[in-house]
Amino acid sequence: MPVVDLAVTSKRDLNAALHALTADTNETLWHVANPEGAHAIAAGVDVPITVEIDGHAGYYCAGMNQRATVIVNGNAGVGVAENMMSGKVHVKGDASQAAGATAHGGLLVIDGNASARCGISMKGIDIVVKGSIGPMSAFMAQAGNLVVLGNAGEALGDSLYEARLFVRGSVQSLGADCIEKDMRPEHIEILTRLLAEAGVEGVSPQEFRRYGSARGLYNFHVDNASAY
Amino acid sequence: MCGIVGLFLKDPALEPELGRLLADMLVVMTSRGPDSAGFAVYGAGAADQLKVTVRGPRLDDVAAALADLATATLRDTHMVLAFAASDEAAVRGWLALNRPDLVVTGTGKRIELYKEVGLPRQVADRFALPAMAGTHGIGHTRMATESAVTTDGAHPFSTGRDQCLVHNGSLSNHRSLRRRLEHEGLQFSTDNDSEVAAGYISWRLREGDSLTAALEAGLEDLDGFYTFVIGTENGFAVMRDPISCKPAVMAETDRYVAFGSEYRALVGLPGIEQARIFEPEPAHAYVWERN
Repeated sequence: MPVVDLAVTSKRDLNAALHALTADTNETLWHVANPEGAHAIAAGVDVPITVEIDGHAGYYCAGMNQRATVIVNGNAGVGVAENMMSGKVHVKGDASQAAGATAHGGLLVIDGNASARCGISMKGIDIVVKGSIGPMSAFMAQAGNLVVLGNAGEALGDSLYEARLFVRGSVQSLGADCIEKDMRPEHIEILTRLLAEAGVEGVSPQEFRRYGSARGLYNFHVDNASAY
Repeated sequence: MCGIVGLFLKDPALEPELGRLLADMLVVMTSRGPDSAGFAVYGAGAADQLKVTVRGPRLDDVAAALADLATATLRDTHMVLAFAASDEAAVRGWLALNRPDLVVTGTGKRIELYKEVGLPRQVADRFALPAMAGTHGIGHTRMATESAVTTDGAHPFSTGRDQCLVHNGSLSNHRSLRRRLEHEGLQFSTDNDSEVAAGYISWRLREGDSLTAALEAGLEDLDGFYTFVIGTENGFAVMRDPISCKPAVMAETDRYVAFGSEYRALVGLPGIEQARIFEPEPAHAYVWERN
């Protein structure tokens, strides 16, 4: 089990070592010590390994992740798991802004809170936040599921496309073109699966409300032609 | 870009270490702002004393000429003149008459304010920041985007006694706000938008607002992106714009409150492992004051 101490080894060397791995590697569990908020730790990993970061991570931790499981035993800075394609990222503490931004796939689990713009422009990722999320989350979200066990801040889902938003607590306000929608059996199914995958117990899918796009901004409305 | 840091001590036992801790925080933020750096430290002061920090050439001459009135402490390009409050008119009169070339960077009972062009490490060392003691301090590392890399453009900006501000962001209505504040009698010495923000807070405080009320009023009147860290004689405040455009992270323990643009800036603080780490909410005034 390789242990990379960032007090001794440079982050560039760590990431280069992770990028050099092949899918059949026997080194499947990596530990990163003394992260001290360094940026881009374990970004761009493309093999099915587990990387545990023992401390707080800086910006873009596990960005562009494919196939790997990245666990942050601390907080994560701006843009954790941004543009993730597949795999899993688990933040044991809080996440800063733009968690899971633009990500196409995989699962992002945040045990604490996520601040502003969580899931901005998400394109297929599943995000489960056990705490609350900040303002302008899921802005222009296109696909995927955002599950929030706590509350959502202002302007949730502004200019949303087809992502599904599930919030258990209060929503401070909905953004433009975002509305509450019925919870149908297929949504209960999705929620049940995601809660299980995120290791959430004792919370029923029925406790959530679903929000999605009113699809009012999809097409140009001819009544607005005079504005030009 | 720019990096900002702040440290407000609760535990007096840490006061001799303020400068060292603040310098380390500042140096970590070099990657966010390598052009120039500046800091304000709230050190010792007395009720009937004033301190004026001036910047410019030939400061030895100033010290000699004012030797009867003021105690001068020279630090590289800056000098702190400490004198009895009753002698303020005499000291200012002499400076205005004989040395109009000097820039006053800060005035107050306790504030000392230094800024220079160069890497944060160099700036901190030139002024011997690591050896400074105090109750709180704020600092800034600048990556200039819209105006020249000059000492005048470096932060912090002080527009009122013992008040100063550092800013990460940019304001879009600073021209019109400046005209309004000039009508209110405020004076500005640079074209910098951040100086206008500092002036705005000074104006609100002058009009009787609390620090919290002044920052909340700014939500209406300041248009643009900002994370501010503000120092007053006894206080320390943080404010982010309503969409939290610029990064911010804070740590609080029984011994201190600390601010950094990034968590990296905080890792050298004592007991950081046990600190409560949090991200300040947008449009919310965070204020700490000592009695």
